Amino acid sequence: MRPSLILTVALRFIATSALVFGLYLLVAGHNQPGGGFVGGLVAGAAVVLTFVAGDLDAVRRLLPLRPWSVLGGGLVVVSAAAIAPIVLGGDVLGQDFAEVSLPVAGTVKLTSSIVFDTGVFLVVVGLVLMTFEALGEPLPPDQADPWGDDR
Amino acid sequence: MLLLLLLAGHLIVGVALLAGGRTLERFAHQVAIAPLAALLVAVLSRWPSTDADVVTASVRWVPGLDLLVDVRLDGFAALMLLLVTGVGIAVLAYAPSYFGRSSEGRRVAGLLVLFAGAMAGLVLADHLAWLYVCWELTSVLSFLLIGGQQRTAGQRAAALQALLVTAAGGLTMLAGFIMLAQAAGTWSLTEILAAPPSGTSVGVALGLVLVGAVTKSAQYPFHFWLPGAMVAPTPISTYLHAATMVKAGIYLVARLAPSFASVGIWRPAVITIGLVTMVGAALRALRQHDLKLLLAFGTVSQLGFLFVLAGAGYADTTKALTVLLVAHGLFKGALFLVVGIVDHETGTRDLRSIPALGAGWTGVRITALVSAASMAGIPPVLGFVAKESAYDAFAQRGGIDLLVLAGLVAGSVLTFAYSARFAGPFLRRAGAPRGEHVPAPSFWLPAAALAAITAAAGVGVGPVLDPVVRAGANALDPDVGEPHLSLWHGVNLALVLSVVTLALGTVLALGRGPIERFQSALAQGVEGERSFSRAVQGLNVGARKLTGLLQPGSLPVYVAIILVVVVAVPNVSLLLDGRGPRWDRFSEVAAHPFLAAVLVVTAVGAAVMPRRFGAVLMLGAVGYAMALTFAVQGGTDLALTQFAVETLSIVVFMLVIRQLPRDFRPQPFRAATVLRLAVAGVVAAGTFSLAMATSNGSDDRTVAEEIIASAEPEGGGSNVVNVILVDVRALDTLGEVVVLSVAAVGVVALARVGRRPRAREEVGR
Repeated sequence: MRPSLILTVALRFIATSALVFGLYLLVAGHNQPGGGFVGGLVAGAAVVLTFVAGDLDAVRRLLPLRPWSVLGGGLVVVSAAAIAPIVLGGDVLGQDFAEVSLPVAGTVKLTSSIVFDTGVFLVVVGLVLMTFEALGEPLPPDQADPWGDDR
Repeated sequence: MLLLLLLAGHLIVGVALLAGGRTLERFAHQVAIAPLAALLVAVLSRWPSTDADVVTASVRWVPGLDLLVDVRLDGFAALMLLLVTGVGIAVLAYAPSYFGRSSEGRRVAGLLVLFAGAMAGLVLADHLAWLYVCWELTSVLSFLLIGGQQRTAGQRAAALQALLVTAAGGLTMLAGFIMLAQAAGTWSLTEILAAPPSGTSVGVALGLVLVGAVTKSAQYPFHFWLPGAMVAPTPISTYLHAATMVKAGIYLVARLAPSFASVGIWRPAVITIGLVTMVGAALRALRQHDLKLLLAFGTVSQLGFLFVLAGAGYADTTKALTVLLVAHGLFKGALFLVVGIVDHETGTRDLRSIPALGAGWTGVRITALVSAASMAGIPPVLGFVAKESAYDAFAQRGGIDLLVLAGLVAGSVLTFAYSARFAGPFLRRAGAPRGEHVPAPSFWLPAAALAAITAAAGVGVGPVLDPVVRAGANALDPDVGEPHLSLWHGVNLALVLSVVTLALGTVLALGRGPIERFQSALAQGVEGERSFSRAVQGLNVGARKLTGLLQPGSLPVYVAIILVVVVAVPNVSLLLDGRGPRWDRFSEVAAHPFLAAVLVVTAVGAAVMPRRFGAVLMLGAVGYAMALTFAVQGGTDLALTQFAVETLSIVVFMLVIRQLPRDFRPQPFRAATVLRLAVAGVVAAGTFSLAMATSNGSDDRTVAEEIIASAEPEGGGSNVVNVILVDVRALDTLGEVVVLSVAAVGVVALARVGRRPRAREEVGR
C-alpha cells in the first residue's frame, strides 16, 4: 500500500519543520522551555514522519551517518563535555557561561552546557533512529498484513 | 610534584609495555627498569634527613567529595620505596633470563612496572581513599600476574583465590577507613595520626582495618592464598609475594601502631596473630620439599614476625621492624631469585632431587648461603642484627612481653631450622662438573647484588644502615632517636637468646629426619584454605538459591512486585510522617477532576480493549492526558517532553504490534485475575494518594528555592529545569544518557535475534 501523494509531500514539509523546531528547542532550552532531551524527541518526530511518509530507506537517507554513529557520537560529546572542564582546570562536569557582543545579533549569552545538551540531543535522535532500524523493516511477505480484511 | 610525575611515569611505561608490539619485546625489561630507577634516584637524592623533612604534593581529584591524590614522602615511605624500587630493579634485571624474549616477558614487565607504581603510590599515600585505591590496585595486578596467560586451571584458581581474599580484606579495610575518617573529621593519614580520634567506633574501625592488613600480609587464618600464589612465575613471586606487596599490611599496621596500639584489643590481637603465624607457618615450612613452597611458608612466618614488631607500636619494636623490613626484603628477594635459577636450569625445585651443583654455580651457591644465613639470623649478616634488635626490644620491657619474646625465640628457632633445610642443596659439594646447565652471570648477578647488600649491611651495619633506619623509624615514632645498630652490644639477654636460638636451631636442623617423620604423622590440622573454598562454594549455592527465589522468570510477578514496592514504600513512610494525602490542592484547579476522569477512563479502556490497536491508542490517550495535567500544573518542560515521548511511543508500539496477532487472547476469569485486579487497584490508589501527598508539598522549600535562586547566576540559564539537567545534576543526566544508549543497543539486538534466522545461519557457517 502506497501512501497518498498529498500526505507524502505534506509530511516532508512538516518533518523539516519538526527538525528545525527540535534544534530550536535545543538551543533555546537553557532559558526557555526546551533542552536537549525534548529537542531530540521533537527531531525524532521528524524521523517518525519520514518513516510514515516513506519507509525505512527514507529514514536511512535522512543522514549520511548510521544510527549507532549518531548514538555513539552523542555519547562521545557528552563524555567529552564532562571531562573537558578537568583539562581546563575546573571540576568534572563543570559549566561556564559568558556574554558576548556580536555585531548583528546584539548581546548573546553563550553557555558551555550547550555542548553537553547537544550530546543528549544526539543520543536521543540516535535512539529513535536505532528503534526504527530495529523494528521498522518491512515485514516478510508471509506476515505482511496480520490484520487481514480489517484494514 | 616530581613524585606524582614519577608515579605517572610508571603508569605510562607500564601501559606502553602492555600495549606495545613485538618491537618492544627486545627491550621490554630495560624500558621497564627506567621509571623504577628514576624513582630510586629521586628518593636517594631527596633522602629525608630529619623526621620533619617531608615532601608533599597534592592533586585535586573530586574536590567536592574531599577526594585528593595526596602524596607524602617521609622517612618510612622512603625506606619502603627503597625496597620497592631496589628489589624491583633486581627482579626486572633478572626477568629477561627467566622469560627469554617472549610476549609473556613483555606482559609481565609491563604489569610489574604498573605494580611498582601502585605500590609506590600506596606507601606515598597520605589520603586514606587514595591509599585504598592503590591497595586494591596491587591486589588486581597481583591477580593478573598470578593468572599469567591463564594456561592452567590451577593458575586461574590460585589467582582468583588471592584476589578474593585480599580484595575482600581491602573492602573491609575501606569500611574501617571511612569510619576512621568520620571519627577524625579528616581523610589525611598524617592528621589522623597526629590527633588520633577515640571512641567505640574507632575501635571497630581499627578492627576492620586490621582485617585488611591481615589478609594482605597473609596472616593466619588468611595465609593460605600466599603459598597458593606460588604457581606464578618466580620473578613475580619474588617481587609481589615476598618483597613488596605482602608488606603492604605490615606497612599500614606500622603506620597506625604508634598512635593506636593501645586502643582496644589492638596490641594483644596483632601480637597474637603475628606469633601464631610466625610459629605455625615455620612448622609448615619445615615440611615442604618444594624449595619455593618452603620459601613461601617461610615468608608467611617472617610476615608474622614483622606483624608482631609493627603492631606492638613501641619505639624499640619500631626500630627492629625497620631493620627486619630491609633484611627480609633483601634475603627473601635473593632466595626466590635463586630458586628460580635452580628451577630454570635443573628443571626441579624439589630439594630431594636437585642435583649437586658443580662448577659455574659458585656465585649462586654463595648468594643462597649468605641470604639463608640472613634468614636464619646468623652473625655477621643483616638478619642477625634484625633479629637481635627484635629480641632486645621485648627483653627490655619484661612482664607479659617476655611471653612474646619466648614466642619470637620459638619462631626464630624454627626459622633457623627451615633455613638450614633450604640451604641443604647449596651446601653439597659437587665433584666433577656434569652435563647440567650452568646459569649465565646475567641470570644470577641481580640476586648476588641483593646478597652483597645483605652481607655489607651486616658487617658494616652502623654506617650503612643507621641513616636508613633513623629516617624510617623516626618517621613512624619520633621517640626512636638514634638507632645505634651494631653486631656487638655486649653480653645481654638478647645475645643469650640469640645463642640459644642458634643452638636449638642447629639441633633441629641435625635432627630433621625424625622431625620430618613426626610431622608427616601429624594430621594436616585446621586449614584456612578448606574453610575458604567451602565458604566460596556456599556463597555460590546460596546465590543460586536466592536467584531462584527472587527471579522466578514470571513477568506478572516482577511487575507486581516492582509496582507494589514503588507505591507502598513512599506512601507508608509519608503516612508515618503524618503527611498523608490532602485534597485541597486537587480541587484547587478546576481542570484536575476532569483530567483525572479522562485518565481513569482511558486507562481502564486500555485494559479492557479486545484489540491491541485500540489498547495502544488508549495508552496514548492516557499519556496525553498526563501531559495535560503537567501543563495545567505549570510544568511546560515536562508537558512538552511527555507529549513528544507519548507520540514516539505510539509509533514504536505500532511498529511492534503489526507483527503481533490482531486480538488479545481472551483471558478466562480466574483466581489470578482477582489478584491482578487487586494489585492494579492498590497501585492505582497508592499512586493517586502519593500524588496528592507530594503535590501538597512539604513546608520546607529551601532546596527548591536555593536551586531556583542560583540557576541564573551559577548555571547561566533562566530555565531552571534545564539548568538542573545539564548542571546541577549533570552526572545523573550523563548516567541516563548511557542507559538510553544501552537500551537502544538492546532493542536492536533483541529485534534482530528474532527476525533474521537466515542471517544467523550464514554467520554460523
